[in-house]
Amino acid sequence: MEQDVLLQATDLTKYFPVTKGLVLQKIIGWVQAVDHINFTIRRGQTLALVGESGCGKTTTAKLILRLERPTTGQITLETADVHNLEGEELKQYHTDVSAVFQDPWSSLSPRMRVRDIISEALVVNQKVTTKEAYDRVDYLLESVGLRAQQATLYPHEFSGGQRQRLAVASALVGNPKLICLDEPVSALDVSIQAQIMNLLKDLQDQFNVGYLLVAHNLATVRYLAHEVAVMYLGEIVEQAETDELYDNTLHPYTKALFSAALTANPDSQREEIILRGEVPSPINPPSGCRFHVRCPYAMDICSQEIPERKELAPGHFVSCHLY
Amino acid sequence: MTSQADNYQAENYYEPEKNIGEVVLDVRDLRTYLYTRWGITKAVDGLNFQVRAGETLGIVGESGCGKSMTALTLLRLAPKPAARIVSGEIFLDGENILERPENEMRFVRGQKISMILQDPMTSLNPVFTIGNQMVEALGMYYQEEQQRGLRDRAVDILRRMGVAAPERRVMDFPHQMSGGMKQRVVGAMAIAGTPRVLICDEPTTALDVTIQAQYLRLLKQVQAESGVSIIFITHDMGVVAKMCDRALVMYAGRVVEQGDIRTLFKNPSHPYTKALMASVPSMEEKHVDKLYSIEGQPPALFDLPVGCRFANRCEFVTDKCIETYPPSFANEQGHSADCWLLEGQSEWRQVTEAGV
Amino acid sequence: MATEGTVLQLPQRLPWYSVARLRHLTNLIFKEYPVVWLTILFLVLIFPALTADFTAPHDPLKQQLSKRLTPPVWDQTGDKPGTWSNILGTDKQGRDILSRIMHGSRISLMVSLSALAIGGTIGTTLGLVSGYFGRWVDHLIMRVVDTFLALPLILMALVIVAVFGPSFYTAIGVISVLLWSRYTRQIRAEVLSIKALDFVARARVAGCSNLRIIVKHVFPNVVNTLIVLATLQVGTVILLEATLSFLGAGIPRPNPAWGVMVADGRDHIASAWWIAVMPGLAIMFVVLSMNMMGDWLRDKLDPKLRQV
Ligand SMILES: Nc1ncnc2c1ncn2[C@@H]1O[C@H](COP(=O)(O)OP(=O)(O)OP(=O)(O)O)[C@@H](O)[C@H]1O
Ligand SMILES: Nc1ncnc2c1ncn2[C@@H]1O[C@H](COP(=O)(O)OP(=O)(O)O)[C@@H](O)[C@H]1O
Ligand code: SF4
Ligand code: SF4
Ligand SMILES: [Mg+2]
Ligand SMILES: [Mg+2]
Repeated sequence: MEQDVLLQATDLTKYFPVTKGLVLQKIIGWVQAVDHINFTIRRGQTLALVGESGCGKTTTAKLILRLERPTTGQITLETADVHNLEGEELKQYHTDVSAVFQDPWSSLSPRMRVRDIISEALVVNQKVTTKEAYDRVDYLLESVGLRAQQATLYPHEFSGGQRQRLAVASALVGNPKLICLDEPVSALDVSIQAQIMNLLKDLQDQFNVGYLLVAHNLATVRYLAHEVAVMYLGEIVEQAETDELYDNTLHPYTKALFSAALTANPDSQREEIILRGEVPSPINPPSGCRFHVRCPYAMDICSQEIPERKELAPGHFVSCHLY
Repeated sequence: MTSQADNYQAENYYEPEKNIGEVVLDVRDLRTYLYTRWGITKAVDGLNFQVRAGETLGIVGESGCGKSMTALTLLRLAPKPAARIVSGEIFLDGENILERPENEMRFVRGQKISMILQDPMTSLNPVFTIGNQMVEALGMYYQEEQQRGLRDRAVDILRRMGVAAPERRVMDFPHQMSGGMKQRVVGAMAIAGTPRVLICDEPTTALDVTIQAQYLRLLKQVQAESGVSIIFITHDMGVVAKMCDRALVMYAGRVVEQGDIRTLFKNPSHPYTKALMASVPSMEEKHVDKLYSIEGQPPALFDLPVGCRFANRCEFVTDKCIETYPPSFANEQGHSADCWLLEGQSEWRQVTEAGV
Repeated sequence: MATEGTVLQLPQRLPWYSVARLRHLTNLIFKEYPVVWLTILFLVLIFPALTADFTAPHDPLKQQLSKRLTPPVWDQTGDKPGTWSNILGTDKQGRDILSRIMHGSRISLMVSLSALAIGGTIGTTLGLVSGYFGRWVDHLIMRVVDTFLALPLILMALVIVAVFGPSFYTAIGVISVLLWSRYTRQIRAEVLSIKALDFVARARVAGCSNLRIIVKHVFPNVVNTLIVLATLQVGTVILLEATLSFLGAGIPRPNPAWGVMVADGRDHIASAWWIAVMPGLAIMFVVLSMNMMGDWLRDKLDPKLRQV
């Protein structure tokens, strides 16, 4: 299991300053968007981050994509420290790691031709001729189920599902090792979601690419992910192989999250846990276990001590005082 | 499990009894067309359905298939001048509200039929407090009462919608509330006039799952207490399965299938419904190898084919499908679907003419 | 079930002179296609600017004292009746007003286009930089912009001209200096919203340099705004140029700039009104139709730009 680690995040933290005042911006607090998390992504496998909005999933993806710098901690891709790359190594990194965003309407440059959008990462980072780049575009368009003749069109000439296919094609252009998928299907219609999920799965097998999947739909995650990390207020509270997690949820928050997810089955007899209140603000998160204000199992110790991360079954990590 | 956890479960657990009565809303051959520069967009094109008292009717379908336009038409709020109701009848408590003069619709909206929108922000005015907005809304229904009484009533309704400390909350402005809280306020305003029918247009799409769970349970409780009928518009099959007694499946402006939830999910008859159900992944099952997926896209509503609107994506398409729109077939259980495949089958009886 | 034929109430054929039809026609001409404004622009500005050398009936600078203060051709009542040779009359040195207006349109067009090009380029570049990089760069640029927007335009212009002396180039320079800040402001606002879109993040993930992102991803999306802004400003610029010339701080005499002509006619407004009114009308028509064109373009290209 351990042998083929593609990306490793160690003690990763990102705090955003909360400022006050217009000119002399005084920092009055920190949004603890991601707080000391650790995870690994294996080659050709999918790690999913699940959790409610604002829990830090996108920020984690942005840290990997170098769109934000971590406050502390480190991300290593194979052996390279992602945030200390320069020159040729950086260029290599930009082809090795790519992204697909949630909203297919805003993620493609509206005034560029499809072939220029798709080939961009190649053109910018590698010495390729236009012909080579466009040949690759044609090949990728076919791979994602579009036609090579569509390469000269503009994005607005495609539907939402097709645009998401274009986004996937452009993410694949540099033969990446890792693609960060931020809610890749949640803006799409049900019938189109299935198309894109199948596509993502096929492409993973075909190109042996690793995915970091950010999603809140647990069915999507079950279908696509090999391993799942559940986040709450910037922390990973539980992490396990997909089937292990879905069959055996341990952390109270995971239980509540899974029980709140609805299945397309009117006879489904699942235990219902309705949580009190809402996710607290990440600016001054609760002490101890951050979930204690909503947790149905909360004990005295929970508000005082931060629970340790324990491995309860092989590869199944939980941070909770219950265990 | 610890005992504390069990307590928590017990005090929360409450699945209200359903009490379904007579027909409240009866919609017949409703058509709303939008006159746009691309042509005539047939957003709602011949809808027939009924809603009974205390029942929850789901409307599911892909984006742009006409769900929201149906809701707006039921309230006679379809955007003017583009939208025109070109035919149909909407009987609400036995009265055809399409025959009411426009200026009398305000006696219908809010008190007989009411609506919760997807984005609570568009229903709340950012510059007034929650209390002021609610008092104003209530003032339309309870004319004789004093300002003071209205405020108490507002607090009372907010409490029924599960807003904690409503006495303090009425002094808040919308931006001081979270999305879930705002949606509760919008819900409170929608039920304030004790309507017979409450239309919910994707009320939980903008909410997180745990907040959605709270909200859905709340709606069920409100329904059990007041006997209101709910029309629940959504594209989330999970929400439909959870909330609804019956559902309409809309495709390109038409209802292609309707029936009770179990039949729709377990034993759908229309190829579109079948495909839709098959393409939803399940979180309860282990890895399936490949999801079923419907290729292609729905037709544009301003350029509809003459025949079956699903024909370009349907596995079972025949020449007949392409030539003529299928009639509705219904069976004994009140289940119906528009598809030529059902023609001639013993349990299915043709109930409408072919063609739209 | 009702069939579509009976459902749709198609509007009946109406005679062309019916109110509905006429309204439809005026809508077409004024709203849907700005035919009228384009025609005016072409007749008053573009055609004469391009062809004044061959089509103007007289030399705009040639003085004919015998013909001085001839009224327009339709004014036959005075002791000096109008003649067809000087359709719009002559000024006090006997120069043909129509010819002067025609040559003046070239000056107006040249000054406004050059000033727009210079001011627009500077303003757009600063707007892109300011919006894209944010932080202190943005602060710095925006404070300068605020300062410029707060300055009294005409006074500034007079000061600059007083320093450099009036000339064609000073006029262009002064107007550019006065214009750029509007572009910066508008473009910056636009960039701020574009920058937050996912395709910019995607470009950064792909490893594009900031320059490439600005040029290939951001700039093409502000072009519409730029076109609208420029069209709306041509009117302003022509007016500004006229004002400067009127005040003697613009195009030096004896060049037939419209503003100069209005200024020259000022003293004779009671006795020979046409000297000032004719170029004044030219200014009005051009500015009006430019603004109308700008509104039309804005609605066509991007209805959300209403605040420009
Ligand atoms: N104001 C309008 N003017 C013109 N066309 C409109 C207008 N509002 C909606 N439409 C069109 O009417 C059709 C139905 O729209 P509607 O909003 O009911 O879809 P929907 O099923 O609710 O989709 P979604 O899930 O995206 O909200 C669409 O084709 C839409 O483009
Ligand atoms: N640039 C930023 N500045 C300040 N706060 C931010 C920024 N980006 C994200 N956050 C905050 O960080 C938290 C996590 O955000 P995000 O990762 O986007 O959540 P998710 O993707 O799970 O919805 C949220 O509270 C969000 O408001
Ligand atoms: S540590 Fe305590 S509060 Fe946190 S999840 Fe576990 S039981 Fe609940
Ligand atoms: S009528 Fe024909 S095309 Fe339409 S759903 Fe039925 S079988 Fe398919
Ligand atoms: Mg996110
Ligand atoms: Mg809708």
